[in-house]
Amino acid sequence: MNRFDYVRPATFAEAIAAASEPGAAYLAGGTNLLDLMKGGIVRPGRLVDVSRLPGLGAIEWLADGGVRIGALVRNSDLAHDSEFARRFPAVAEALLSGASAQLRNMATVGGNLLQRTRCAHFYDVAGACNKRAPGAGCEARGGEARNAAVLGWSEHCIATHPSDFCVALVALDAVVEIAGQGGEYQVPLEDFHRLPGETPGQESVLEPGELIIAVRLPAQAASFSRHARYLKIRDRTSFAFAVASAAAALRIEQGAIAAARIALGGVAPKPWRARLAERALIGVGPDRTHFDRAAEAALADARPSGDNAFKIELARRIVARALALAAAGTPARLPALPGSPFSPVAGVLHV
Amino acid sequence: MSLSVLLSVNGVAREVALDDPRVTLLDLLRERLGLTGTKKGCDRGQCGACTVLVDGRRINSCLTLAASCDGARVLTIEGLAEEGALHPVQEAFIAHDGFQCGFCTPGQIMSAVGLILEGHAGDDPERIREGMSGNICRCGAYAGITAAILDAERRLAERNRAEAA
Repeated sequence: MNRFDYVRPATFAEAIAAASEPGAAYLAGGTNLLDLMKGGIVRPGRLVDVSRLPGLGAIEWLADGGVRIGALVRNSDLAHDSEFARRFPAVAEALLSGASAQLRNMATVGGNLLQRTRCAHFYDVAGACNKRAPGAGCEARGGEARNAAVLGWSEHCIATHPSDFCVALVALDAVVEIAGQGGEYQVPLEDFHRLPGETPGQESVLEPGELIIAVRLPAQAASFSRHARYLKIRDRTSFAFAVASAAAALRIEQGAIAAARIALGGVAPKPWRARLAERALIGVGPDRTHFDRAAEAALADARPSGDNAFKIELARRIVARALALAAAGTPARLPALPGSPFSPVAGVLHV
Repeated sequence: MSLSVLLSVNGVAREVALDDPRVTLLDLLRERLGLTGTKKGCDRGQCGACTVLVDGRRINSCLTLAASCDGARVLTIEGLAEEGALHPVQEAFIAHDGFQCGFCTPGQIMSAVGLILEGHAGDDPERIREGMSGNICRCGAYAGITAAILDAERRLAERNRAEAA
């Protein structure tokens, strides 16, 4: 790990000033940043520890029925907040399908949005990566592409955003609140992350020094609480990143779908909202034929970025199955294996 | 750059001067305080051998900067036994062969203590396995670990009942 200065500012203003210097990085839960620093993938000259900044650690219920989640709320605290899990069950399921219990106790809401890709070539400091070193090239092209994108990628970068949480959030129209030297502003999560294009190193709209202070979910997001799931295919049953995942939420009125929300994870450089697929479901019955059609629409623009064409069909099936699970109804209690397609039925031995 | 952190480690106040902010909580425990029960496995948050409780919550001490723990309450495997009597989770790991080589065991036990404190898994073996997925055991003692945690929950419930009576 490189040497760095460690500062722990007491106020927003001090934090933003300290982090606006070149080479500075914010430290909150540290679960991703310290790992990247140990591997020499990022080398910040200064860590600005915001983990104790006041006012960022609360889950606040807004008068209109929405919720404002402070950027420092830990993943586990949010997922196990019973009111939050009741209103936004797919978000809770996505959170609990990610990482391990220890990491969820550390990792924060803001940090989750800013976590870096798990592309093996990004981690391989001996190889070329346009994200790490602009212009160096992309060894993932023609390399190990199992975790690479099939949507939204460019010739310069095929890495995926690894978050589960963001997938459920973007499906439900989450908004990111940001503070910077110019004051505070907000941006829909769908527009927060950037596609790689020719500048894959620029992963979000944040300018140097800007700090995520909260994530909001609108009241309308809770109207899907009876039919909302997160489904995630990974290489082992727990504690692994998604090869492909989907959040699906439905509002079913008199036997027909009145509203649908679909987003995909593990297949794109950002949490991927599938609006065309959502539209294909409006007014139709919640059945397999329509779910398959929506899944086709969700992956209509997909193309392999390497030896990963299988992910397109896999993601289609995940979307259709997540929709079927959502239609069947949110379970009264989250399954023992959140997000897992292998959740056992009672009495069946562990797989 | 010199930093000083004040910690409660296993109930004892410890002030440690850090000559370098790169020191993780894991390295502080092992190298500065001589508490080598907490193990360094992968050192990247993937194996769970370094699990300790900070302010009552299980975390990976390898991904935690010691400097950011200033003022925290840390509980390690060395602080679990009380007056020479093993903690019920430790007793249950022995009773159920919840280990073989023992390297991951301090992390497994601290993670199990954290899991029981969280109270989400109950007596469902599947939820216990899922809740313990951050602790890898190369010897594959998982069946014994799950049995030990189920038994430890019973032992702790009995102890709490006895104390309440």
